Amino acid sequence: MSAPAALEAAALERVQEKVAAGERLDAADGLALYESDDLLALGELADQARRLRGGGDNVFFVRNLTLNQTNVCRVKCRFCAFARSARQEGAYTLSPAELADEAKRAYEQEPYNELHLVNGESPHVDFDWYLETMRALRAALPSVHLKCYSASEIHHMSTISGLSYKRVLNELKQAGLDSLTGGGAEIFSARVRKLIAPGKEPAEAWLEVNRVAHELGIPSHCTMLYGHVETLAERVDHLLRLRELQDETGGFLAFVPFAVHLENTRLDPDLVPATAAEVLRTIAVSRLLLDNVAHIKAYWIAMGLPLAQIALHFGADDVQGTVGREQVFHSAGARTETEQAAGRLVRYIQAAGRVPVERDTLYNELARWEAKA
Amino acid sequence: MSTRTKVASEVAAILERTLVDGERLSDTDALTLLGSRELMRIGKAANEIRNRKNDPGRVTFVVDRNINYTNICSVRCEFCSFSSDPGDQREGYLLPRSIVFKKIEETLALGGTGVLMQGGHHPDLDFAYYDDLFRSIKARYEIHLHALSPSEVLHISRRSKLTVPETIRRLHEAGLDSIPGGGAEILVDRVRRSLSPRKAKTDEWLSVMREAQLQGLSTTATMMYGHIETLAERVEHMRRIRELQDETAGFRAFISWTFQRDGNRLQDKVPEEARPTPFEYLLTQAVSRLYLDNVPHIQASWLTQGLEIGQLALAFGADDIGSVMIEENVVASAGTHYTTTTEELAQLIRAFGKVPVQRDTYYKPVKIWD
Repeated sequence: MSAPAALEAAALERVQEKVAAGERLDAADGLALYESDDLLALGELADQARRLRGGGDNVFFVRNLTLNQTNVCRVKCRFCAFARSARQEGAYTLSPAELADEAKRAYEQEPYNELHLVNGESPHVDFDWYLETMRALRAALPSVHLKCYSASEIHHMSTISGLSYKRVLNELKQAGLDSLTGGGAEIFSARVRKLIAPGKEPAEAWLEVNRVAHELGIPSHCTMLYGHVETLAERVDHLLRLRELQDETGGFLAFVPFAVHLENTRLDPDLVPATAAEVLRTIAVSRLLLDNVAHIKAYWIAMGLPLAQIALHFGADDVQGTVGREQVFHSAGARTETEQAAGRLVRYIQAAGRVPVERDTLYNELARWEAKA
Repeated sequence: MSTRTKVASEVAAILERTLVDGERLSDTDALTLLGSRELMRIGKAANEIRNRKNDPGRVTFVVDRNINYTNICSVRCEFCSFSSDPGDQREGYLLPRSIVFKKIEETLALGGTGVLMQGGHHPDLDFAYYDDLFRSIKARYEIHLHALSPSEVLHISRRSKLTVPETIRRLHEAGLDSIPGGGAEILVDRVRRSLSPRKAKTDEWLSVMREAQLQGLSTTATMMYGHIETLAERVEHMRRIRELQDETAGFRAFISWTFQRDGNRLQDKVPEEARPTPFEYLLTQAVSRLYLDNVPHIQASWLTQGLEIGQLALAFGADDIGSVMIEENVVASAGTHYTTTTEELAQLIRAFGKVPVQRDTYYKPVKIWD
């Protein structure tokens, strides 16, 4: 064994001892895990940590529909292939009634339990437009969980209305909002945000929106967009800042790491996309560091179902869902089929030796399939 | 104890016996591993064996291209989407010599070291055709000829009324350097009678390989699974390979892949639920690394699994990621279209934390892609 390999092995062993003892990992542990080349040992450790914290063989998914009411966005993040200016070709904005009609039509064709709605931050709408949208959706889909908007969008609504986060969130909740999505977190480091999303709110604002939401009883999700200009230390810092807020509020339902997709974006074209090994390593490190977030999602829309299946042995216990009509990752070159029949998810989960469980957004069990011997 | 826990402890015991005591896996052991869901544990053991047999810091690959000189075939296997019937004027082809030369020149220009030439069992092509083809290539180019397959060799020997040893001796003289392990599918006659009734049976396939190996030709072995075979038949397949390898040590590598289903007659006989997922692909490869203790190399099949699972396969027992495959037609005609470049393959290996080493068909290093 070479000297660096021996050092790596010693660092991994130290983390293994901490995991077995139920001790919390720190930034140095996170980095050691990221730098380890022993991919399978890392995956096993993440799976072990998951089980020690009470996880079993259940793998969750939800029947959901993804909609985007507008792609008009003032922010223009460099990694985004979805946003348009209002006058640009392909720009669109649906009225609250149009959106609710579309959601309802989709529901009548194929019922779903969750509506995932995220948008561009359009400077051409006002806060009432959002409230009307919530009311229209609530009326059209009384039994569907409305998981809408990222913390960044809440910040945007607060900016255009002059209202506090608390007021914005409260009014949305009264109009029908059930939970927030996890988007917009990207990487919290100010250095990174300046490079890839200079027009976006700072990390503190993103975290504050979530803190307020959790205090109001609105659960949310959290994410990390990696594989661009960030360092490994900045990924670890991102995860630890999420963990810190979760210690305070307990309001995050799940964490979803995404590797950036490069097509049609304004990121450096010479960037090398994260490979499969990096995607699995990130799932495992997230599972190990975020000891207070119940679920880690292997978001198959972004990584593909084959990789998501293997991620179930690297600490993930959720594959997201059927995700009708996803547009954001597909604008940036994701090649996955967007309307994944639940049947295929079930088959892949079973083949991996796990138990498929259909859930709602709050992880209540709705249906369960047999484990395959 | 639940069934799952019982299987897990059986798996642990088997892995300990093979890793610590150096015991050979029995067929029952292999079947237990294949039937379990202990992917990570089995993968780690396979990786341990891979590191004992091959440089742990390196992953190798070859730059070559497939030249399918004809698609005209009198055998027409159920799983094949590539072949055409003899006399098919519309789809059938036989590449003119000038095209074959052009393809070889392109391969050499791209830094390639070999070509893999396979075709259908063309009823009109006899030994004289191959003799002339191979000699004309070798007279012009310095390139490794990894060509034919046991069933093609058998076809040539019958067509030309030569014995198998004589056919191999003459092909070797004409320029054949090594024989790829194609056409093995599953080496169990029950399966072969159903999938490829007109192709070489198990004993025939193995005896052609044995003869080639005794004459000093290097070979590889393959397995195509995920159709009508049982897990026990996968193990039987590997056993036949392992037995011959004990005798001859002539297989350099073993490559397994899953049945690709578009455009062939077999697809209707294999229901969606029976299709192996990436989990089973990685598990099967890992078990092959453990069971085939006498085969030096295991190749990952990015061509059928995609580059992502192809890269991960390097953690599950493979020490080689196969070929850059400048041209490929057979898998592509079954609806699977993955492509790559040397730089991309090298980058995947680097991102996996290993040094990419281009090799020739004999696994001799050609270039380190640092």
